Amino acid sequence: MQRVRDAAVKFFIDLHLCPNLEDQDETKLMIEKSAELGYKAVGVTFPKKYSQSEIEKTRKICSEAGLDFIHRVDLEPSNTTELIRSLRLLRRQVEVISVKCLSKSVARQAAKDRRVDVLSFSPLDVRKRFFDSAEAELASKTQVSLEFDLAPLLYLHGYRRIRLLSKLREEAFIAKKFNIPIILSSGANNAGLLRKPEDYASLGYLFGLDLNDAKRAVSENPKEIIDRNRRKLSPNYVAPGVYVIRRGEDCPDG
Amino acid sequence: MRRRYIAVKIDSNQAIKKEEVFYAIWDSILKMFGEYGASQTDLRLIDYDSENRQAILRCSHDALPLVKASIPCVTRIGGGAAAIHIQLVSGTLNSLRRKLTKQTKKSNSAMPR
Repeated sequence: MQRVRDAAVKFFIDLHLCPNLEDQDETKLMIEKSAELGYKAVGVTFPKKYSQSEIEKTRKICSEAGLDFIHRVDLEPSNTTELIRSLRLLRRQVEVISVKCLSKSVARQAAKDRRVDVLSFSPLDVRKRFFDSAEAELASKTQVSLEFDLAPLLYLHGYRRIRLLSKLREEAFIAKKFNIPIILSSGANNAGLLRKPEDYASLGYLFGLDLNDAKRAVSENPKEIIDRNRRKLSPNYVAPGVYVIRRGEDCPDG
Repeated sequence: MRRRYIAVKIDSNQAIKKEEVFYAIWDSILKMFGEYGASQTDLRLIDYDSENRQAILRCSHDALPLVKASIPCVTRIGGGAAAIHIQLVSGTLNSLRRKLTKQTKKSNSAMPR
């Protein structure tokens, strides 16, 4: 039983790689580095409108490196109408939708919308991090997770890092209180900012996550999102709770 | 006093000296936890293999989470961009070396020929 649980924990996912997609070499380097560091799947962020052939190229790089590719889009809507419109357009095309909440109204709408997978907030401006108890209460009724990008913890220094750590600690406490899954991702835009999943779990200590919760945040929590969304995107999905489990001649009529 | 031994791998494009590794980690602990926190770690650099870019550190058992949280925060060593990845943690130096040998053998056998 323990071994089964360990195997689940060891499926590490970095849900947020932000390579410069125009630089194929850097993208390849980041993906290969992720594989070397022990990840089994990576979420690569693409713009809303991006050519399918380019996405397939990245998918190929991932499969060559032995990684599971996850297609992710980061939405940065300026108002709720824009958010709803983007969700309607993209939900059936993308595996993971993250909303970077730049205003309180967008944060509230994203927290209560079931089509949103991940809530993320600005790491550089802590005044624009709107994850409070009200937000958490809304998020607890949907399946939305809270994402912490850890690359800023590595490149920020002094007062800005102190402010960010203090805010992350507060948010981690609220998320735990309301049972909101936390996801620890790199958010890295170059290979130098990538770290091992266990290292990210260790960084959780800085904002009050215990080691088990932190490990879950780089493995089980993102995996749940991927599994859930892939099930929904599969042709066998009909409606919530209704799936085609068998097709063909051996199916009984009516 | 109980201790923990940590094996780390240095990821950098340039040659790195033993002291530079130690000061980079020490500096990171000081930045993250201050002098009071650093005083609790009892950190020592036990061994450094410049060829394989591997180092073994020793710290106090109680300060292990603190040291483990500071090591990934290293982004520069000796003026150049670098990263330090934790490989293994163990209770004794012997068991750490045994596990490291086992891990190296495993990764060598997994490498395509």
